[in-house]
Amino acid sequence: MDGSDALILARSQFGLNIAFHILFPSLTIGLAWYLVYFRAQYGRSGSPEWLSIYQRWTKVFALTFAMGVVSGITMSFQFGTNWPGYMAKVGNIAGPLLAYEVLTAFFLEATFLGVMLFGMNRVPPWLHMAATLLVALGTTLSAFWILALNSWMQTPAGHISQDGVLIAGDWVTVIFNPSFPYRFCHMLLASFLTASFVVAGLSAWRLLKAADDALARRTLRVAVTVAAVLAPLQAFVGDQHGLNTLEHQPAKIAAMEALWKTEKGMPLVLVAIPNEKEKRNDYAIEIPRLGSLILKHDLDAEVKGLEAFEDHPPVAPVFFAFRAMVGVGVLMIAVAWLSLFLSRKKIFPAWWLWVLSGFTFSGWIATLCGWLVTEIGRQPWLVTGILRTKDAVGSVGPAELGASLTGYVLTYALMFTAYMVVLTHIAGKSAK
Amino acid sequence: MMPGMPEISALALTFAFLMGVAILAYVVLDGYDLGVGMLMPAADPEQQNRMVNSIGPFWDANETWLVLGVGILLVAFPASHGVILQALYLPVAAMLVGLMLRGVAFEFRMKAEGWHRELWNWLFWFGSFLAAFAQGVMLGRYLTGFQPGFGYWLFALMVGAALCGGYVLLGATWLIARTEGELQKKSLAWARWGLAWVAFGVALVSLATPLVNETVREKWFGMPQMPFLMLLPATSFAFGLWLWFLTGKKLIDQNREWRPFFGAVAIFVLAFLGLAYSIYPWVVIDRIGLWETAHPSSLRVVLWGALAVLPFIVAYNVLAYWIFRGKARENLYE
Repeated sequence: MDGSDALILARSQFGLNIAFHILFPSLTIGLAWYLVYFRAQYGRSGSPEWLSIYQRWTKVFALTFAMGVVSGITMSFQFGTNWPGYMAKVGNIAGPLLAYEVLTAFFLEATFLGVMLFGMNRVPPWLHMAATLLVALGTTLSAFWILALNSWMQTPAGHISQDGVLIAGDWVTVIFNPSFPYRFCHMLLASFLTASFVVAGLSAWRLLKAADDALARRTLRVAVTVAAVLAPLQAFVGDQHGLNTLEHQPAKIAAMEALWKTEKGMPLVLVAIPNEKEKRNDYAIEIPRLGSLILKHDLDAEVKGLEAFEDHPPVAPVFFAFRAMVGVGVLMIAVAWLSLFLSRKKIFPAWWLWVLSGFTFSGWIATLCGWLVTEIGRQPWLVTGILRTKDAVGSVGPAELGASLTGYVLTYALMFTAYMVVLTHIAGKSAK
Repeated sequence: MMPGMPEISALALTFAFLMGVAILAYVVLDGYDLGVGMLMPAADPEQQNRMVNSIGPFWDANETWLVLGVGILLVAFPASHGVILQALYLPVAAMLVGLMLRGVAFEFRMKAEGWHRELWNWLFWFGSFLAAFAQGVMLGRYLTGFQPGFGYWLFALMVGAALCGGYVLLGATWLIARTEGELQKKSLAWARWGLAWVAFGVALVSLATPLVNETVREKWFGMPQMPFLMLLPATSFAFGLWLWFLTGKKLIDQNREWRPFFGAVAIFVLAFLGLAYSIYPWVVIDRIGLWETAHPSSLRVVLWGALAVLPFIVAYNVLAYWIFRGKARENLYE
């Protein structure tokens, strides 16, 4: 068997799985805190309206959470089936971080989810409130551990090499590695924005069907307010994350900006088609010196180009995904602010409700693009400077990989279709 | 332990024990809810709702034990983890597809109407069956050291069928305790079917495992331990008889409703102990032993976390079972 075939298949399968999986946690982490807010409002006011809102979004949450759980279980197996070299080399670091995620997060959220969904009439109100809060805490803790591991793979720190494998020297440094605080904030905000746009978009969808649905108006207002505050904050955090990447993974930045040569006063490439063969950009539209200003806060600063690095990621996917992420992000800011303004009106214009409905899943698009930037941007490394992706792949044959890939694709297609059908169905109905 | 083998640290033994507990907890807990899923086609729509509701609040936490079991294998015995999961690639993929289908079916069947609902009911059954069968095949492949050849695969398929029977037994006895009326009566009959099936399966595995693996044969039939070891199958047999007797009546005494379930659990625990004895001290039979662990520093950091957190996990799982005690109703939200 050709080794590169297995590598491509193993990567496609893992990539497909993780891309499918990430959709659901990225919604539930934020949505869980929305539920905490709705539940607290109900607890405080005792109003049946808040209860209806809470119950409606609990249904969406339960559905999304189930999708996340089952695709997540798959992930825990694929570490071993697809990347045995990864565990062999860095298992002493990755293993404990994953174990802590299971121990502190998975059991917590799984158990209290049952109490939250089915226990309202069986437990005292405080315990039900606590269950809702613990589910939210569980989802956030889960993000904490998995992003600690992901960030460590991007910017490893705190480890010692011993007999060819890595062990942790200092766990605090491993967890709080250089890119972790930025990535964790960026991901949490991404999740809150994803949830906000889903809540706003599905409420708008409901209002298009029944313009007088007071509950949908109320939820929509909450969601656009949160989005209007967090969307610009995300732009700031994203920028800080980028500066951190420039410091620790300059090759990734060079690929994101399609900067082939080291330059002083680097331009900002707005659009172009990166030409990997000729090592230049075709059809580029650039703004002179703006790149240096953004990255170094200085018009004449030198930024290292791809030529300066022995190993660098493929340029085109990173370049395009980054532009798509920023583009969607800017649109999300615009829509959020416009919405904040329009939601104060008594009558919601229909065109605006259509726009909001159209933006329901904008968070997913931005998150997936951001994920592509950061993970492809790390290539050819699996763990930066320590382990190459091709050295971690397993020896499972292409026939087995292909068969299971087909099975996964079919299952995911079925699940995703059903998910969308049910979501649209819930969104169209009255919350009462 | 046999001579000439490296020493096994206390840390490795602790993790082997924890992994055993997690896997046993998974098999019993998810076993009953997979079993309930496999029994779906035998019930009418109203009964199906009660069956699903009897496991609704628990299934997610039950499956988490699988993640913990695999997680410990990954953390503590990474070399074995890679070998086992690569060798079991296809059955693992099949199991995952099954678990995915049935996991989302809980949600979808509740919200769907008409033929959509029928489809998700069917997928719930199919997913449960596929996951259970694949787990049995994994066990069968594992016990024979992943050897190629028709006979070994046939053995694995038979273990797959046997495990389905075992899960049906767990599921049916769970329903005896958690339901009433006609459904409870049906469950008594289902339990007998499951028991017959499991008896056949356990006998098959007990006879075949020593035949296909020499290491295992020596451990069971060597002297002087053999007479003592025979207590294990003898006790299982006694529990089986007791279960057969308990499920033979048309109506079960109200304060004895949980007995069949605990009888079924006892059979699983005994079978598990037997398997653990067969395998010890190997993680991958005849290839990788318990001594091939991750670095002690990693094990220690996980152990401290596990010791601190596991009591809480057990406590709030018990709390959840206590909150949702009593008979399952048709409407889960009541």
